[in-house]
Amino acid sequence: MDQLDLEIEEWRTFVEQSPAVDGRDLEELEDHLRAQIADLTEVGLSPDEALLVAVKRMGTVDELSREFAREHSARLWRQLVISDSGEQEQSDSRWLEALVFAVAAAAAIQVARIAAGFPTEQASWLLRNASLFVVPFLAGYFARRRRLTLRQSLGMAVPFLIAAVVINVYPFVEGGSTELLVATHLPVVLWFVVAYPYMSGVLRSHERRMDFVRFTGEWFIYYVLIALGGGVLMALTAFILDPTGVDSERVIDWVLPPAAAGAVIVAAWLVESKKQVIENMAPVLTMLFTPLFAVMLVASIVVYLVTGLGNAFDRDLLGVFDALLVVVLGLVLYGISARDPSTPPSWMDRIQLVAVVSALVLDVIVLGAMIARIGELGFTPNRTAALGLNVLLLVSLAGTAWLSARFISGHGTIHRLETWQTSYLPVFGVWAAAVVVVLPPLFSFM
Amino acid sequence: MNIDKDLVAASATPLVLAILAESESYGYAILKRVREISEGELEWTDGMLYPLLHRLHRLGYVTREWRIPSEERRRRYYAITDEGHAALEEHKRQWVTVAKALGDAWGGGDLLPLAFGRA
Repeated sequence: MDQLDLEIEEWRTFVEQSPAVDGRDLEELEDHLRAQIADLTEVGLSPDEALLVAVKRMGTVDELSREFAREHSARLWRQLVISDSGEQEQSDSRWLEALVFAVAAAAAIQVARIAAGFPTEQASWLLRNASLFVVPFLAGYFARRRRLTLRQSLGMAVPFLIAAVVINVYPFVEGGSTELLVATHLPVVLWFVVAYPYMSGVLRSHERRMDFVRFTGEWFIYYVLIALGGGVLMALTAFILDPTGVDSERVIDWVLPPAAAGAVIVAAWLVESKKQVIENMAPVLTMLFTPLFAVMLVASIVVYLVTGLGNAFDRDLLGVFDALLVVVLGLVLYGISARDPSTPPSWMDRIQLVAVVSALVLDVIVLGAMIARIGELGFTPNRTAALGLNVLLLVSLAGTAWLSARFISGHGTIHRLETWQTSYLPVFGVWAAAVVVVLPPLFSFM
Repeated sequence: MNIDKDLVAASATPLVLAILAESESYGYAILKRVREISEGELEWTDGMLYPLLHRLHRLGYVTREWRIPSEERRRRYYAITDEGHAALEEHKRQWVTVAKALGDAWGGGDLLPLAFGRA
């Protein structure tokens, strides 16, 4: 029997190398192997023969890890085992591909700026159109990488065209708040359009949507990092050029916007090709900030309850709370997408629930006061947009809190929570689109 | 008879759910039961069962827990949930429809639906 144990041990170390199979799976598989061997020896096989048969029946390690990988793809986020073999050779051309799209986006925005009268004046149409000069290149990049068919690519272009027509036909009052709202909401709408090529045109898949959420979060982290690096570079340039008498501000004015546009695509390329770097960063950031946010939110509730809302109720408060809820939702989405769905509820899930519930309580307090006063203040475009987003976020987080509580109490699965999140996502896209298309005429383009 | 791989894969979920609907069980016993029911015709690679079980668990169709039976090793037991029962019913409906269509197409009449008689 000792010999057999040794050989089973050897088999274990062999299977263990697959990142898709974790310790508990291995224990289960070993139990299976041993049961099979026991049965086979009972019908007369020698332990050696029994082991051979049992291992053969289990399947080759390759097959095994592929099957596990399919179910536990999250475990593989860092080392994609289901590798298409051509991956390595292509990495060079992919780098070039990203660069081409990045340069194209940078050039597009620069040309648009010059057409808008830069550097002497700045036409306001540029601001609301800015994302239309950048995001299509990102979509194009993914259309190429995912090898979309011509029909799919053309279909993808339709929303961009509609957006371009709509926001340029509308007679916006220059510098009015509806124009500003379009400038801020259009990028969100277009980002949802990017989801189509990113998910290879399969929009209904829950897993792909979750991948897109991951992508969004990681893209954001990379973009911030690039922006920080760019900031240091700009500052140093300014200092170095200072003694020469060259007006560094003008240089930066020329360079910064196209660089920011190109960075959109570079960040996407980084997420695509350097998954393992970020894999270690994103869960750590979520782990770090979820408890901190929970503490901050609980403390804020206490303060609100003790001091009351008072009358220092400025009109930006709703916007602040929108931002807060977006961050909490981001933490939740990130936490879920980075967590192993097969593990039972952990303390992190509980802390997350605390954060969500306290954000909800705070928001309801503010929202209640806001709605009471909106009657006398009246609806403005900004207030409508902020209020709508707030209600949408409130519903999303309330659903999250409910399903998360059920999961923690053992009545539901994490899968339900995930599907709730991913099915709700399009609502935000639709809302952003409504702000762009419906809101301006409602407020007569003020 | 060599049954097509896709067919084996497609029938795996309803089979496992049906076996768990009989009683709770663990991996090796489930596989033995599959061989028994299919009289050895359905050949699974044993390792495939576990990712499938994990998927069913993620979807909330089964619960699972480690237990220590008579021997010293831990063993993971699976039991079907209400949602699992519902999913099984849905699978049955689909298979009966398919089987009926095939039966009609082959003119053999009721043979196939008969096999699903209990469904």
